[in-house]
Amino acid sequence: MSDILINHVYKRFAVPGNEVVALKDINLDIASGEFVCLLGPSGCGKSTLLNAIAGFSHPTEGGITVGGRPVVAPGPDRGMVFQEYALFPWMTVFKNVRFGLEVKGVANDVADARVRELLDMLGLSEFGERFPKDLSGGMRQRVAIARVLALDSPVLLMDEPFGALDALTRRSLQDELLKLWARLGKTIVFVTHSIEEAIYLADRIVVLTYRPGTVKRDIRVEMPRPRDAASPEFNTLKRELSRLVSEEQQRHEAAERAGLTTD
Amino acid sequence: MRRNTWLAALQGAVVPLVLLAIWQAASSSGLVNAKILPSPVAVAVRWWAYLAPAEPYDPANGGYIAWLFSGELIMDAMGSLYRVVMGFLVGAILALPMGLAMGASRAAFRWLNPLVEVLRPIPPIAYIPLSILWFGLGNPPAIFLISLGAFFPVLVNTIAGVRQVDGIYLRAARNLGAGPLTIFRRVMLPAATPYILSGVRIGIGTAFIVVIVSEMIAVNNGLGFRILEAREYFWSDKIIAGMLTIGLLGLAIDSGVTRINNHLLRWHRGLEH
Repeated sequence: MSDILINHVYKRFAVPGNEVVALKDINLDIASGEFVCLLGPSGCGKSTLLNAIAGFSHPTEGGITVGGRPVVAPGPDRGMVFQEYALFPWMTVFKNVRFGLEVKGVANDVADARVRELLDMLGLSEFGERFPKDLSGGMRQRVAIARVLALDSPVLLMDEPFGALDALTRRSLQDELLKLWARLGKTIVFVTHSIEEAIYLADRIVVLTYRPGTVKRDIRVEMPRPRDAASPEFNTLKRELSRLVSEEQQRHEAAERAGLTTD
Repeated sequence: MRRNTWLAALQGAVVPLVLLAIWQAASSSGLVNAKILPSPVAVAVRWWAYLAPAEPYDPANGGYIAWLFSGELIMDAMGSLYRVVMGFLVGAILALPMGLAMGASRAAFRWLNPLVEVLRPIPPIAYIPLSILWFGLGNPPAIFLISLGAFFPVLVNTIAGVRQVDGIYLRAARNLGAGPLTIFRRVMLPAATPYILSGVRIGIGTAFIVVIVSEMIAVNNGLGFRILEAREYFWSDKIIAGMLTIGLLGLAIDSGVTRINNHLLRWHRGLEH
């Protein structure tokens, strides 16, 4: 059963004196419970595609359906985790996680119990009354994950969620995410530019090309988890993906040198 | 830690004490005319007389507490404080919704901002003649002037506060299912509070300046009135006593507001205190 259907999606941006084709004829069919990584250099449109699935921006052409329903606006059926955490700094950890439940109109005692369960699940029980400013980056991202899990959405969208974390924290959050995914059976679309992260996490890696963003390669990762980054299969795949991504990175740099872009 | 604060307090007291000593020496030696600059001791004596109840305690005239606070200074300070609070509330209660609207809606901003920009540079003091024409004498013109002084700082900071709300919070809230009203109330408003509260602090400071000026023209009590009255009688010691009271009251108001701000902004990163 497919959960996310991306059908002939185009996204064009008007820039002064020009038009940028960020996405060009993207077709993807993501199954329910699948862990998909969108991989590519900056400017390949991976975040644009994720934002379109989230409903923050609309495709210029084509359509996206999630769970059979067309995406028209952001909604709690597609929880998003941002690289910048986006926690509400004026709310305690507890209130941040509770926010989505309050919006939904969940009864107070049910919401409280649910929040406690989630904080417990993410090892945050001790931190409920803290404010985000008093937490490390890794802890903040745990809170952000708990906050979207509270929505109980079938789909999780993650925009380079671990990009700002140090390597050790990053690995422990990756492991935690895999555990949660195995336990809760969510469909996850995860944007990253780290090849290693994609191989470590995903069932399927979609490599996007630099402008216009198209699907360059759609690869299944069959290795059993937990994956060993030192194993030969891991490194064979890593070499293959490195080649694909660096081709696109070179196109990005060539465009930069030609003065076509500044990002 | 404790020791250091004591040491810092001691250090802070050195310069004022030296100045007081020089002042006292200049007065006692007859170097300056006591009518022009009375000695610190004379000021202190006058300040005490100003503070103390005028009549001896008499249970027939009410309770002990009422007697204790029946001194002229207390009455003046209460009068000034009342005007500051009322004027500030009127100004802030008008400025807050207008600032929220102008910050959140481009249309509201385009409609109202030109007017605001034209009126804002007019100092509240310049409204004195008009305020007397409109409201006569007494508290109403004073409160009108004070509310003007409080209005613009709160307005301008509220607009800026709403405008600088990071888009990522709005995106997160929409993603969590929040509608426009919830986003306004639970995201934009709290995200703007650091700015709004600094506008409140500036607004109260302005209100306190304007209250002294307005008491010099429109009313017959209050600290501003009292120091002007003292000048008519050449009571320079009372002028200085009144000025010191104004300073202390201003300090008390500002530290009170700062305390409230710090409590409300305990979640905020860049706290000064």
